[in-house]
Amino acid sequence: MTETRPRSRKSPYPLWFFIPAAIIYGVLFLVPTVSSLWFSLTRWDLSTAEFIGLENFQQFFSEPFLVKGLLNTLIYAVTTSGLKTVCGLLLAVLLTSNIFARGFLRTLVFFPVLVSTIGIGITFTVMMHPTRGIINVTLETLGIPGPGWLTNPALALFSVALVDVWKGVGLATLIFIAGLAAISPDYYEAARIDGATRLQQFFRITLPLVRPATVIVVTLSLIGGLRSFDLIWAMTRGGPGFSSDVIASVIYKQYQAGFYGLSTAGNVILFALIAVIILPFTLWFNRREVEE
Amino acid sequence: MRSVRPYVTGAIALAVAAVIFVMPFVFVALQAVKSKSEASRLDFELPEHWLFWDNLIAVFKARDYQLALAYFNSTLITVASVTILILLSAMVGYVMQRRKTVWNRVASIALFMGLMMPPAVVPTIGLLQEIGLFKTMTGMILIQVAYNLSFSTLLYRSFISTIPRDLDEVALIDGAKPRQIFFRVILPLLKPVTVTNIVVQSIAIFNDFTNPLYYLPGKENVTVQLTLYNFQSMYTSQYNLLFMNILLVTIPPLVVFIFFNRQIVAGMTSGAVKG
Repeated sequence: MTETRPRSRKSPYPLWFFIPAAIIYGVLFLVPTVSSLWFSLTRWDLSTAEFIGLENFQQFFSEPFLVKGLLNTLIYAVTTSGLKTVCGLLLAVLLTSNIFARGFLRTLVFFPVLVSTIGIGITFTVMMHPTRGIINVTLETLGIPGPGWLTNPALALFSVALVDVWKGVGLATLIFIAGLAAISPDYYEAARIDGATRLQQFFRITLPLVRPATVIVVTLSLIGGLRSFDLIWAMTRGGPGFSSDVIASVIYKQYQAGFYGLSTAGNVILFALIAVIILPFTLWFNRREVEE
Repeated sequence: MRSVRPYVTGAIALAVAAVIFVMPFVFVALQAVKSKSEASRLDFELPEHWLFWDNLIAVFKARDYQLALAYFNSTLITVASVTILILLSAMVGYVMQRRKTVWNRVASIALFMGLMMPPAVVPTIGLLQEIGLFKTMTGMILIQVAYNLSFSTLLYRSFISTIPRDLDEVALIDGAKPRQIFFRVILPLLKPVTVTNIVVQSIAIFNDFTNPLYYLPGKENVTVQLTLYNFQSMYTSQYNLLFMNILLVTIPPLVVFIFFNRQIVAGMTSGAVKG
């Protein structure tokens, strides 16, 4: 007599399991995110908010150094993301091929991912010291005059971007290694029989088939690059001048200066930037995947 | 000839990697054991006297044992937020994977937003002040839970799909209540992904700088990443102590890495694939 008991009609997967997480996430993430849309339209001192329409945005786009921050954010995100993708893929190909000390090399490349960004920032700031830093001292002994990595306004942003790539390329490599492992060796076997060179194999087999991993690496590093704050703050504080300011550092500076409405407008601009860049990319990729 | 090649490429790769990836860490370790004047030269010379303990003690003593307090605070934040994070994200991941309702769609969008969007900082500070959690450990812990929930939930959701539903049904027939099915049957089976979550999230939260900078100002609330930031301006003339501090902050992730290498790699890739 195994009649269905009344209780089994109720789902064994209680919806109240969502509630504690939803409260914390809703209150501390969603509410501020949604209310930032309102506060960005106000002159705000944390207790009273006076509606001023789009004035914050107007100010943001009329200050050359704030616009520079916006531009720098894009440059930084594209540079770091591009370099992480290219270097990550090449490293992954190298570290999945049959070479000596492969496991150890993987570990070595990945370790900086786990280390404190501030610690790395300070270390590289010291190593990039224009006269005493070991990078320039080494270059000098080779007869190359080293540049002022972080003191030259034209170079500072790219120097920080290079350190970002140094720190983060291990994660890209790891994702590519997982992607490469999913490619069947049969393809390479067939290509070799047909007489394809290694370069042809890379461009005709590896590159197309590793695309899911490529999309992940590009998306992750673009998001990371657009939001990037701590490394830039540790290395240059946005300087010299405003030459390496990005939106996230502008947000912090405006917050420190007490311009809460303007700071929040910076946040909204960052949301919009991420949405505009990442959403079409994700949608496009999902559509292509369905078509195939 | 073919059998030599892996060694040649391997040796070249090792040499290049040693320069690029090992040298900065050797540099940190070297500066950390030097005297003040030797460290200020910022070079690769070996120290004349190895001052490991002297520098270690000096760093801990600085600013009324600020580093010791920072270790305590960072550990507390990490342990508490990871514990809450594990429990809540496992619950959400479980129901999301098992029961398809409208709420799933809502939850998926929320998770996606959480992965992509940067938090709106100043409104969050305003809100924390409103509810009395600004500059408190509780506030910081809850913030870390809120910000890292998406990633943990995605890891759990994909792992739970590998656990057969038959198991839930057997437990149900045996008369287990829904709550018991989760806590007694499912949660213990999630151990591998729980370990991954613990490792990946504790490293992320321990290394976090931006959130404590915004939500946890104040001398008594200092975290290890903030000591680095504070010491950076204070110790520009005492590089040995600055680098000793960096070394000390690097050690916890290093230890975790040595013990949990495999889980970190698994977590990073599966999280990334889902993200």
